[in-house]
Amino acid sequence: MGCGKMADELEQALAGDRRAMARVLTAIENGTAPYDITSAPQSIELDAWNTLAVTGPPGVGKSVLMDAVMTRWAGQGHRVALLAVDPSSPRSGGALLGDRVRMTSVDNPEINHNVYVRSIATRTASGSVPLIVEDMAAFLLRCGWERVLIETVGSGQAELRCAAVADRIVVVEGPARGDGIQAEKAGLLELADLVLVNKSDLEGAERHAGELRESYALDGEGGPKVLLTSGLKGHGVAEAADAMLGLQSSGRAVRARMRERLLARHERRLTNHPSYNAVLDGLCEGTLDIVDALVRLSGDDA
Amino acid sequence: MDQPLRIVVAKPGLDGHDRGAKVVARALRDAGHEVIYTGLRRTSQQIVDTVRDEDARFLGLSSLSGAHAHLFPQVCQKLVEAGLDDVIVFGGGIIPDDDRPALHEVGIRAVFGPGTPTSEILEFIRTAASMEGVGVGQGSRWHWDASA
Repeated sequence: MGCGKMADELEQALAGDRRAMARVLTAIENGTAPYDITSAPQSIELDAWNTLAVTGPPGVGKSVLMDAVMTRWAGQGHRVALLAVDPSSPRSGGALLGDRVRMTSVDNPEINHNVYVRSIATRTASGSVPLIVEDMAAFLLRCGWERVLIETVGSGQAELRCAAVADRIVVVEGPARGDGIQAEKAGLLELADLVLVNKSDLEGAERHAGELRESYALDGEGGPKVLLTSGLKGHGVAEAADAMLGLQSSGRAVRARMRERLLARHERRLTNHPSYNAVLDGLCEGTLDIVDALVRLSGDDA
Repeated sequence: MDQPLRIVVAKPGLDGHDRGAKVVARALRDAGHEVIYTGLRRTSQQIVDTVRDEDARFLGLSSLSGAHAHLFPQVCQKLVEAGLDDVIVFGGGIIPDDDRPALHEVGIRAVFGPGTPTSEILEFIRTAASMEGVGVGQGSRWHWDASA
């Protein structure tokens, strides 16, 4: 794409043209945008948030729940964008991005001028969110979207990478997620600013919410709120949406978040290195060992 | 590898059969593309909005309901109206041979029937992606001769 065309599209995007905005986002994602298009914020926003990561295990209902939340916000006049991440195949590099299937807010002509949804594949990134999402979110904010939700790949207990890209973290859980010990385990739940136990219409949700609250009470720091929701039936959605809108940072785990940011940046430098694929080939063929590979990728070319 | 192509696979109209669309979506995924599936029963406008917001290079339309002659051209027209004339559109489903020339006429570059090998669809994607000016509203006369 020529520089002139990109400059035009940038201008149109900032003026509110959604097609131009979508194209600039593609350029950012592909790494073909001029570098100065976006500058992601370096600090965690402690007052009003701009970006919020929604994470949790696969199948707990993140998409349906966020669709319901966006419907409420958009109806109140907020302009909200959702970056929905799904995994790329580690074998083919392809991806089936299916989050839109469950989205009705984007199809509702009454409110869809206030809703933007974009599907994103993880591509070469490890973890539940590619770091490039940070730049895409920053660009959406520049285009006048007020709140950006980042829905991660369905992820497990140790997946903390979403902490690198967002001001706030909401963890969505499902009912009957094992016994009470599951709620005591370390990991993602410790970084949450809010926990939503979804599918509250099913058995076990209230018990699980109770276990989580008990677990947080033991912290002594006054953990995040734990709310019950049913994205499908709409129960608790209004309360959850309102709680999310005004969500304050728990202030916990700032160091852990910064660590994730640092690691994510470092990983991006490696995967963007011009020799990255050649080094991988060398590792497969046995002509390089891991130590050599790290030396070759530690240059400043990225 | 080059950047993956972004491809929307859509089911317009009142048609509850999506096995074919899912098979095609899977084949495209396994060939390294990023496939955005819309789900069932979408209006033309919803499909066009999705193509715009997802910045898709290709749009695949699937219909087994018999409404292709009405819905496919409607989607193409709305794409052009929305300034998405460079999007490459292909279709598939239960689409009689007699109906195909009219679809090619409105800018649909391939129509695949039952029994089409998925390898042929991938070959079409490769070929069309390497051509200039074969978007739905770019006035090209070219179309792919499908084997089924």
